[in-house]
Amino acid sequence: MATMLWIGTRKGAFALRPSPRGGTFKLAGPQFLGHVIHHVVQDPREPRTLLMAAKTGHLGPTVFRSTDRGRRWTEASRPPAFRKAAEGEAARAVARVFWLTPGHASQPGRWYAGTAPAGLFSSDDGGATWDPVAGFNDHPMNPKWAAGLATPDGELLHSIIVDPRDARHLYVGISVGGVFESTDGGGDWAPLNEGIEADFLPDPNVPYGQDPHCVTLHPADPDRLYQQNHCGIYRLDRPARRWQRIGRAMPKAIGDIGFPVVVDRTDPDAAWVIPMDGTSVWPRTSVGGRPAVYGTRNGGRSWRRLDQGLPRRHAWLTVLRQAMCADAASPPTLYFGTTAGEVWQGRAGGSRWRRIAEHLPEIYSVTLAV
Amino acid sequence: MASHRVRIASPLRSYTAGAAAVSAEGGNAAALLADLDRRYPGIRFRMIDEQDRIRPHIRLYADREELRSLTDAVPEGAVLHLICALSGG
Repeated sequence: MATMLWIGTRKGAFALRPSPRGGTFKLAGPQFLGHVIHHVVQDPREPRTLLMAAKTGHLGPTVFRSTDRGRRWTEASRPPAFRKAAEGEAARAVARVFWLTPGHASQPGRWYAGTAPAGLFSSDDGGATWDPVAGFNDHPMNPKWAAGLATPDGELLHSIIVDPRDARHLYVGISVGGVFESTDGGGDWAPLNEGIEADFLPDPNVPYGQDPHCVTLHPADPDRLYQQNHCGIYRLDRPARRWQRIGRAMPKAIGDIGFPVVVDRTDPDAAWVIPMDGTSVWPRTSVGGRPAVYGTRNGGRSWRRLDQGLPRRHAWLTVLRQAMCADAASPPTLYFGTTAGEVWQGRAGGSRWRRIAEHLPEIYSVTLAV
Repeated sequence: MASHRVRIASPLRSYTAGAAAVSAEGGNAAALLADLDRRYPGIRFRMIDEQDRIRPHIRLYADREELRSLTDAVPEGAVLHLICALSGG
C-alpha cells in the first residue's frame, strides 16, 4: 500500500495521498476542522489504528482513535490526566496532549502520550483509556526535572522512545528539562544529558534543565541516538552517556539550531535536520530567508546542504519538531511541513524538493502512514 | 432531584448530537456536570480539569449568575449555561 501523510495543524487534520499514477498528491480533509491537532500517529503493529492528540481553543485536551485508517474517530473514554493532587501538593492538569508513541511490538495496545505541562501517560487498550506513568510523574525528582521552564507553548514532554530490543527501555525529552531514561519500563528514571550544552542557564554544566527539541533513536542501530537541541545537534552511542555535539561540523553561518531530526532507517550514519535562526531574539526561521535541509551520511562528521527546489530567498519558514519525517526507502524521501501551511517533499534523501501542499493552517506534525 | 435545562455552547455539541439545549439533574454545578457526563460521556473533562477546576476558557452560569466553583449551588429552575469564552485567530 502506498505511503501517505497525515498533517496535524492548529486548525484540524488533513491527509495527503499520492495519486495512483504518482507525481501529484491529493489533499483530503479537514477532519476536526478548528481543533488543535498536535500529532497523528499510525500504529505499526496494527496499521488500521491511528491516534490523534487534540484539543480546541476552548476545550480541554483529549485523544481520538480510529480503527479504520482514519475514516471514523472515537474519543478516548479516559484521556490522559494527572492524578488528583493531595492536600498542599501542586495540582497539575494536562493542558495539551502533545506527543504520541506506539508501544513495543511485544505489547499490542500499549501507547505512550507526552503532555504539557510535562507528563508521561500510557494506555494498554489502544488509546481508549490512559493512566499516568507514576514512576515519572511522581518521581521524587520530577518537580526539578519538570520545573515549568516553559516553551512558548508550555513545558512539553516529547520524543517518547521505546527501544525496539527491550520494551522496558524508554527515553523521553522535556522542553525545558532534558532527556531522561528508564530501564525498568518507566518505574524509575535518570537524566541522560552529559555533554549537552545549556548556554541559557547560569551553570551550563547541570545534570538536567537542558532543552532537547527532538530526539530520535535509530531503528537499525538502537544504541545510536540523535538529538536536535536548543543548543546544537548531538549524537550518543550507547552505552556511552556523553553526547557529542556533531553540529559543530555545520557551517558557522548556518549554525546547528533547529527543531526536527530524522534518520535513514537503514543507515545509522544518515540523518537530516532543518537549521533555523537561533540568534539574538530567536526568530526560528530559515537562516537568512534561504530555507535548506542539511543531511549527514557519516554520523555528523560532515553535513551537506540540500536546497534544490526550495525557495532561493525571501522564504522565512519555520518547521516544528513533529513536522518532518522520512519514509522507509534508502535513501528515504523526506517530508516537512511549515508553520505557513506548506508541505514539501524531498526525494532521494532531500536532493530534490518540491511543494506538494500549500495554504494549510499552521502545521504542527507531518507523519507517515501506509 | 431538580432537573435543569442546560444550554450547550457550539464547541460542545458534538457530545449532545448537535442539541443546543439538554436536561440534567443536580443541585450544584458538580452534580449537574456529573449527570451531564453520564448522559453525554466525555463532555465534562473538556470543561473541567482533573483537579476539578473550570478550564480557562469555559464559563458556567446559572441563569445570569456566574458559577466560580463546582460546589456553587444551582437554584431550582435555573438554566445552566455552558459558555466557551475565547478570543483570538
